[in-house]
Amino acid sequence: MSIKNTLSWLGFLLSFTFLLAVAALAQTAILNVSYDVARELYKDVNPAFVAYAKDKLGENVVVNQSHGGSSRQALSVIGGLEADVITMNQSPDIDILVERGGLVDKDWRKKYPHDATPYTTTTVFLVRKGNPKQIKDWSDLVRPGLQVIVPNPKTSGNGRYTYLAAWGYALINEGNEDAARTFVTRLFANVPVLDGGGRGATTTFTQRDVGDALITFENEAISIQKELGADKFDVVYPSLSIDGSAPVAVVDKNVDKKGTRKIAEAYLQFLFSTDGQRIIARHNFRPRDPSVLAEYAERFPAIKTFSVDEKLGGWAEANKKHFADGAIYDQIVVKK
Amino acid sequence: MAAAITRRVLPGFGLSLGFTLAYLSLIVLVPLAAVFVKTATLSFSEFWAIVSTPRVVATYRLSFGASLLAAAINVVFGVLLAWSLVRYSFPGKKLIDALVDLPFALPTAVAGISLTALYAKNGWLGQYLEPLGIKVAFTPLGVLVALVFIGLPFVVRTVQPVLEDLDVEFEEAAASLGATRWQTVYRVVIPTLLPAILTGFALAFARAVGEYGSVIFIAGNLPMVSEITPLIIITKLEQYDYVGATAVAAVMLVASFILLLLINALQAWTRRSARRIT
Repeated sequence: MSIKNTLSWLGFLLSFTFLLAVAALAQTAILNVSYDVARELYKDVNPAFVAYAKDKLGENVVVNQSHGGSSRQALSVIGGLEADVITMNQSPDIDILVERGGLVDKDWRKKYPHDATPYTTTTVFLVRKGNPKQIKDWSDLVRPGLQVIVPNPKTSGNGRYTYLAAWGYALINEGNEDAARTFVTRLFANVPVLDGGGRGATTTFTQRDVGDALITFENEAISIQKELGADKFDVVYPSLSIDGSAPVAVVDKNVDKKGTRKIAEAYLQFLFSTDGQRIIARHNFRPRDPSVLAEYAERFPAIKTFSVDEKLGGWAEANKKHFADGAIYDQIVVKK
Repeated sequence: MAAAITRRVLPGFGLSLGFTLAYLSLIVLVPLAAVFVKTATLSFSEFWAIVSTPRVVATYRLSFGASLLAAAINVVFGVLLAWSLVRYSFPGKKLIDALVDLPFALPTAVAGISLTALYAKNGWLGQYLEPLGIKVAFTPLGVLVALVFIGLPFVVRTVQPVLEDLDVEFEEAAASLGATRWQTVYRVVIPTLLPAILTGFALAFARAVGEYGSVIFIAGNLPMVSEITPLIIITKLEQYDYVGATAVAAVMLVASFILLLLINALQAWTRRSARRIT
């Protein structure tokens, strides 16, 4: 290619970029920083919200999304990623934005219904078709010789929920912490692989054929069944599990700087609307709106759950007690 | 000072050295210094408590042990590969030559995922190995396999050019002077190649110690068994424990630096003795 040719291409590219930039200026762009497995959900939510914003608010909006391991995403926001809203799967990942740099107002839980959690999910089991090992409840998972796939509680919110669900199950049924500790010790003695995140664990169980049961979020279990075939796996609901509420918040410092508060707040509000709740339900998360939940009732069998706040003294306490370096989780896995 | 500069044949010494130092500081030293500055916020006993917990110590053993072993394996087979590529001509040689670089170019996650798929118990290789009692995926052996994979090009690419420069006439001369084939190899070929082999070893080792992407998929990541040190660092970061992460990172840095320094010293020594022989 001659130099003249190259230059004209360069000129074309530059003017194209310029045009794009001008086009972008005419609309408000907001960035939703979110966790890994919410990718598909927000891919559906965003166009719906863009249409809603145009109709009801008369605004041209672009919603960009960024996904990754939820703690890592929170770290990026602390590091300067200009998120307008964050949508996570556990509240400590929003609380950290309050503590470090005051990016989010400390009363973020009070700004939306249900402690600012538009949906919940819970921890369930996925087993091989026909349930050959007869796994019906948490107590079956600790049988010697069984292999259970769990993502690493140190690096994954999903793994943390699993650990706390097992702990809570033993605590509530046996009534004391020693029993709960023995129970989680036996459970993690049955774990042959600790993947970094929920999706990794899914791959290990479904593609690598490792393990008798995968413990994961209900939405993940249902979508695995749908995508990889209901003839391969069964979902098992234990007698008791944990309530996994997904919190959302506006990143106050960023929206005030960028002047996007109105849109960011409308975006989160949209998640609680009937339309938003329907999209959420279609992605196998349990919606908060009772009428929407009723519409999709056959997807979500009734299950008894407990929450971290009511039984385990809240996330901050649970993290310190179980997952901090040298805390209970470290003790039980090192002793094995 | 001025006298020293005028004595040099090539101009621009001050400028190029100044640039070198500034560049090296900006790209290498400043980020590394940040690690130590952050670590320095800890008292020594706190630092020691973090870096000497049994779980962290187990990862040093795996990370450094597997990396050294992988580099050693790569030296044996990498030299063999370089030898074949330089000394013989055969159909498909160019293709094999290009294949060697593939571990450089492949995103490490891709390498990790494909190796895991290959060695899992339902994988192409895993299904034959598992009945023999050899488990590769999700064990420390899997870590070794991944590290061998990513380290191979380093040895081949450092040894190859030196071998190309080593004239066949040297070997012929040795033979005509009555050396047996074995004597030719270990008195003529190996001493000449040794500095390059050590460089390749050092590079493969350094890369392996820092490797995260590919190992994480195949390791299984069980505490005390198959966790690597970089995973401990990432884990600490994800718990917002920056200081703990940098403490472990500092240990890795110092250990790697000492090992690399030793290898470099060894290399300088072999180069001197190689010159004595020739």
